Amino acid sequence: MRNLLPWREPVPPDGTMGEPGTRGRFGEYGGRYAPESLVEACREVDQTFREAWADPGFRGDLARLLALHAGRPTPLTPARRLSEELGVQLYLKREDLTHTGSHKINNVLGQALLATRMGRRRLIAETGAGQHGVATATAAALLGLEATVFMGERDIERQALNVFRMRMLGAEVIPVITGSRTLKDATSEAMRHWVGATGDSHYCVGSVIGPDPYPWMVREFQRVIGDEARGQFAAELRTGVPDHVVACVGGGSNAAGTFAGFADTPARLVGVEAEGGAGAARGRLGVLHGCRSLFLQDDDGQITQAHSIAAGLDYPGVGPEHAHLRDLGRARYVTVTDDEAVGAAVRLARTEGIVPALESAHALAWVIRAAGGGELPSGSTVLMTLSGRGDKDVSTLKELL
Amino acid sequence: MTNSTVAAGAVERHLRARRDTGRGLLLPYVTGGITPGWTDYLRAFADAGADAIEVGLPFSDPTLDGVTIQEASDRALARGASVRRILADLAGLPDLGVPLVASTYYNLVLHDGPGAFCAALRRAGVGGLIVPDLPVHEAGELSDAATAAGVEPALLASPATPQPRLAEISRRSRGFVYAVSLMGTTGERAVLAASAAELTERIRRVTDRPVLLGFGISTPDQAREARRHADGVVVGAAVMRRVLDGAGPDDLRAFLTTLREALDQECDPPR
Ligand SMILES: Cc1ncc(COP(=O)(O)O)c(C=O)c1O
Repeated sequence: MRNLLPWREPVPPDGTMGEPGTRGRFGEYGGRYAPESLVEACREVDQTFREAWADPGFRGDLARLLALHAGRPTPLTPARRLSEELGVQLYLKREDLTHTGSHKINNVLGQALLATRMGRRRLIAETGAGQHGVATATAAALLGLEATVFMGERDIERQALNVFRMRMLGAEVIPVITGSRTLKDATSEAMRHWVGATGDSHYCVGSVIGPDPYPWMVREFQRVIGDEARGQFAAELRTGVPDHVVACVGGGSNAAGTFAGFADTPARLVGVEAEGGAGAARGRLGVLHGCRSLFLQDDDGQITQAHSIAAGLDYPGVGPEHAHLRDLGRARYVTVTDDEAVGAAVRLARTEGIVPALESAHALAWVIRAAGGGELPSGSTVLMTLSGRGDKDVSTLKELL
Repeated sequence: MTNSTVAAGAVERHLRARRDTGRGLLLPYVTGGITPGWTDYLRAFADAGADAIEVGLPFSDPTLDGVTIQEASDRALARGASVRRILADLAGLPDLGVPLVASTYYNLVLHDGPGAFCAALRRAGVGGLIVPDLPVHEAGELSDAATAAGVEPALLASPATPQPRLAEISRRSRGFVYAVSLMGTTGERAVLAASAAELTERIRRVTDRPVLLGFGISTPDQAREARRHADGVVVGAAVMRRVLDGAGPDDLRAFLTTLREALDQECDPPR
């Protein structure tokens, strides 16, 4: 597969991933395209988040939860054997080692604390791979909240292990049988449900999508990935900053959190999408699930179904800030195929003893391809966020291998 | 209270004129392209005494619709419905004597851009527009394009909307104000929500534009009750469930006639 869009050289100094502009805008993207019935709820989330984020007490509570329950900080692991094979210096930011096994827990603990601050007693979530659902169920159990998780029927089949985990944690899992029966439809259903439940429930959106303030708020809750890695690199490398920063992109939360730590450096940012779910690389301007961004659409403007072996990348759009970073040329978005991702997962297992989530394997697949094809000059330093562990995908892989 | 009669467009003038005779307004909905001869429903609606007709332009991801209109949208899209084809069908119709109001999600408006979209509505004889995922603070871009094309976008107000924002919505809405009766999606309900009366009363305090209550209104009794608070009703899912179950234009004419009669029993003294 070709790499679709170039970086601008030198990378522009703006797009440093600060607060969005007026009305939640990242360039022309973002905004709050919510039905009127949800506007007041969004405003309340926005106000509460702003207050909480400026409150050292809230920051302290969140830091404690992240340390004691999620196991942060996560290590920065040099991938020694694979680096040698590829001729680059590859470092893995190990979100797979968090409690529940993916970066999703960072955002969920933040939003669950916020929900208690707003006096809500229940969390609503959508999930694709099930990782966000498991994280939500976990945070709800930890803080004494209820959890209702919407999940496409197709994903329920392919991520059965996570469905069981959610139910064991006490969450209600509601199968979604409309449309493609994947993440897009689960998100629509969660929004519909929230319209009737704003009084007692908080919608815990799982990625950097949705109406303002979600794309910004979720990125802030995930920036712990990038901030930690920045500090870890300062100790590791003479230059202090890797040449390339790479992450997979579904809605784009692990990538946004990673990029946020390096947006003000010369590091080149690369978001890796699934070939069949490449909102940033191939989408066109639209509005879905509350924000203006890039979405896969047909000639009539209908949203098309994404297809990816990785349930968490099976989304036909991308978060608005990624659309903006793309337009700025600050980040570049590339795609890899299902086969490349599976190959990368196997290679990481055999060289480093790590079975990655299929989502994360997409990021690695690009690193492998780019190192072989000269896009990553030999000796380059590369940070790759390993967003999650592969246990949930073992049955999918078993069918294929 | 904003008195905007002077600036009112054709849809609003029509609705105001009918309201001012004391008549309760009836705005039935049909999903465009739902059946091969779908425009026959429009004629039946007009015959049954509709005061305007809402034509849904189906979208793949109708996030504010319940199961009935979701299914209708899916079915229409599976039949090959598109904005272009539905508007072409409408453009070929003889005048029905009542205004047409399109309703759709903002993605379809943005697809060719709000300017081209509104111009296409106008050419097809559509005078009004409802976009449920476009709240007032994001509506500027569409309002400008709609004004230029002579299309009247009606904004939605919800039970959760604070009073100052209701005033803003009422001021910027065109044609009528769409009062969402309850905190939920479209779909039939057993009773009219308690929030409906309070919301319409709050809207009336800030505008004299026609106020139509929608979401959940399914029976003559509910229409009659809604009419005590609002200028009229929007009826969507109750129509589309019948259409999905195979009801033809004559069946729908009969159903809407029962709603018409219910509304007529609750008429106001003429203004
Ligand atoms: C392990 C893992 N990585 C990545 C993603 C994609 O989400 P995002 O792009 O928001 O990081 C998911 C989503 O389910 C996931 O579970």
